Amino acid sequence: MTTLAATLARFSASIRAAGAADRPLQIRAGGTKDFYGQSIEGEVLDPRDYAGIVDYDPSELVITARTGTRLAELEQAMREQGQMLACEPPHFGTAATVGGAVAAGLSGPRRSSAGSLRDFILGVRVMDGHGNPLTFGGQVMKNVAGYDVSRVMAGSLGTLGLLLEVSLKTLPLPVAEATLRFEIPEDRALERLQQWAGKPLPISAVVWQGGELAIRLSGARAAVDAARTKLGGEWLESVATAQFWLGVREQTVPFFATPLAIWRVSVPSSAPPLAIPGDQLIEWGGALRWCVTDADARTIRSRAAALGGHATLFRQGDKSVGVFTPLTPAIAGIHRDLKAVFDPHGIFNRSRLYTDF
Amino acid sequence: MNTPVTGPRFLRQAEVVGRLLARLPSSRVLYAHEDTKPYECDGLSAYREVPGVVVIPEDDDEVAFILKTCHASQVPVVARGAGTGLSGGALPMRDGVLLSLAKMKRILAIDPVGRIARVQPGVRNLAVSEAAAPYGLYYAPDPSSQIACSIGGNVAENSGGVHCLKYGLTVHNILRVRGFTVEGEPIEFGSEALDVAGLDLIPLITGSEGMLAVTTEVSLKLLPKPEVARCIMASFDDVEAAGNAVAAIIGAGIIPAGLEMMDQPATRAVEEFVHAGYDLDAKAILLCESDGTREEVEEEIGRMQAVLEQSGATGVRVSVNEAERLRFWAGRKAAFPAVGRISPDYYCMDGTIPRKRLGEILRFIAAMEQKYQLRCPNVFHAGDGNLHPLILFDANKPDELQRTEQFAAEVLRKCIEVGGTITGEHGVGIEKINEMCVQFEPHELACFRGIKAAFDPLGLLNPGKNIPSLHRCAELGHMHVSGGRLPFPDLPRF
Ligand SMILES: Cc1cc2nc3c(=O)[nH]c(=O)nc-3n(C[C@H](O)[C@H](O)[C@H](O)COP(=O)(O)OP(=O)(O)OC[C@H]3O[C@@H](n4cnc5c(N)ncnc54)[C@H](O)[C@@H]3O)c2cc1C
Repeated sequence: MTTLAATLARFSASIRAAGAADRPLQIRAGGTKDFYGQSIEGEVLDPRDYAGIVDYDPSELVITARTGTRLAELEQAMREQGQMLACEPPHFGTAATVGGAVAAGLSGPRRSSAGSLRDFILGVRVMDGHGNPLTFGGQVMKNVAGYDVSRVMAGSLGTLGLLLEVSLKTLPLPVAEATLRFEIPEDRALERLQQWAGKPLPISAVVWQGGELAIRLSGARAAVDAARTKLGGEWLESVATAQFWLGVREQTVPFFATPLAIWRVSVPSSAPPLAIPGDQLIEWGGALRWCVTDADARTIRSRAAALGGHATLFRQGDKSVGVFTPLTPAIAGIHRDLKAVFDPHGIFNRSRLYTDF
Repeated sequence: MNTPVTGPRFLRQAEVVGRLLARLPSSRVLYAHEDTKPYECDGLSAYREVPGVVVIPEDDDEVAFILKTCHASQVPVVARGAGTGLSGGALPMRDGVLLSLAKMKRILAIDPVGRIARVQPGVRNLAVSEAAAPYGLYYAPDPSSQIACSIGGNVAENSGGVHCLKYGLTVHNILRVRGFTVEGEPIEFGSEALDVAGLDLIPLITGSEGMLAVTTEVSLKLLPKPEVARCIMASFDDVEAAGNAVAAIIGAGIIPAGLEMMDQPATRAVEEFVHAGYDLDAKAILLCESDGTREEVEEEIGRMQAVLEQSGATGVRVSVNEAERLRFWAGRKAAFPAVGRISPDYYCMDGTIPRKRLGEILRFIAAMEQKYQLRCPNVFHAGDGNLHPLILFDANKPDELQRTEQFAAEVLRKCIEVGGTITGEHGVGIEKINEMCVQFEPHELACFRGIKAAFDPLGLLNPGKNIPSLHRCAELGHMHVSGGRLPFPDLPRF
């Protein structure tokens, strides 16, 4: 047996044994996202022995990697070919793996223009609660055979199975980028962002915080230059700005250095200012609002709900209020039934998403 | 083919009709044969079944009522949009209710600021872009059937269009789906925010072929209309060279707004019908579109032109104005009906392959043309490797149908073999249910059945489609496909 096959056999055996003994397993690779989610229980199942890029042909716009591959390695391989993972998933540490990024389902600054991590998934191989490897989707752009299980894995936080392999769509790196800065209060910034979003402008990311709005333009050189002239604002040098956008993605900008609770509030982009006490950092054209606040969960959640969104207690704070917004009974029922399909013994990442899941 | 419902058919039909009439006007509950006959098939007209009852709700409450009624009597329900599906997804059941969403065709809201259209399921795809146009916005997925197909159908099939390489499929362009469970309870997937708490079920409902829930409202993402779009038509004297040019464009770091290919038999059929100005001497043509700001398009068109010339294009023409650009596309979009004019019957296939295998597949198809003595023009969504070989045949000739079937089956198997899939956008429906047993392993199929049961434990929503039963696959063995399959006489022409 090859080492890889032996690794798979070991995973399968661990899963079967855990299922038979009703022992929970926590799927944990680099551990960079341990902070994220409700709670962690069980014995560690570490997928990092199952690593490596399986296939990458840039002209196919697809990369396939085993999930134990480090995310940085994957991105480096793409960069060498002039490509990127356009949803810019945050790493939160050098140990971050591809599997962790997919399971967390988080996307970075480019999300509002390029799409979410989920949108870039073309196929997965996942080991279910019986220890069977299952393949869904594939390596092609269009595939509607059977239900689209692969994209459901994004953000499932390992609750449905052990991700083994994933195929992701790649895109060319933009030829040119430029960052513009504006001084503008929140309400006017939100308005302005909506207006711009309704126009064919090459805006690839935005951040508003403390009265300052930064806009990243990406695309063809001519398009970036033209938009720069059109939008005005102060033009920032590109070397420093690359670091800045990385800092936003990795949450290393000063805004996130706080002992207070950090809430991730997801609302329709056209929603008005949240008016939640504390500080805010706005991304995704207004659709993602990070709040550093000591406001109580009920206030934040009811405000988010009133605006048509939801709120997640992302870092710090008291998790007993529930990290994720509770589901409606109908959707919760479907969650339970889906969980039973993939993980009949309920061993994978128990309570990571919801305490009863 | 269909799971029969227990009990004498006429009694059940009378019972359901009676209950539905308690609340709905008789003009929207059809059961007389002449009224239900028009619903006997979708775009895959080889499969026909006159539905026991057709019911046509006008609002959400009526949908809920119909579903509750059918559920109480354990009668299966098949949803139907515009009936343009090409895999028999909306094929009715003799002992079931056909739920036509065609009258629920209101555009509920266009939010130009948030760039969202909220529509009922019966709204035609093109109507969304038309309604959004005054705001400089549009809905990106554009199936060739867009003048007729409904948004509910698009969601159920995860439809694509000629612009999906750059702008994504239906799943990438919808935010929220509201509808009703098989029990008639309201349910909502996704959100007008960019994500939801818990599992993201939008990908499950999208492409679920009406088997998980009935859609009654969809929030669609609208995009700003690109300032300009221009299209290049490039000719090649060799089909494989055209395929290589596709890879070269993408390899050069360009994502064209559209990247389509037609071979000579296809362009000849189309030219006669549409007069798009295609180069009829070319063995294949590529349509490469660039859209965006004026500056961007100019730059990209220049780059694409250079790549195409390096790749051996024998002619390159860039659209000089919008009218010409639309004419280039008119030919491609009318490819199916155009082919329908040159042959008594044709069978439209839909498979996806990794782009790099295009040449191999084309040679394979050419060999199949010889083997089965049937012509097969090809149109491709080349940018995303989605093939639509169109096998021409005459259903009135004794064995042409059977040869067509075998031809198609071989091509689909080849798609799987080269690492592709049996359907890129038309869905499995009833048409490819057997190939599902080839593409997926038993454990994977069991998973699909589990998902179905999570939404619809009794299996009353569009039963018998998309996911084959254990029994069916067992019966077929693992390699099967000949015989047994139903023919495909004539496909729609419009
Ligand atoms: C000439 C021609 C060209 C085409 N070109 C393309 C193309 O370029 N790209 C592409 O992807 N497809 C194409 N198609 C296929 C077809 O148009 C699409 O699949 C379309 O999305 C079907 O929409 P419909 O409203 O006609 O659905 P129908 O055929 O009525 O139904 C399709 C499926 O959706 C389900 N359904 C419909 N409405 C609902 C609802 N409200 N709730 C739940 N389930 C529902 C049905 O049960 C069925 O399973 C083409 C078809 C033709 C005839």
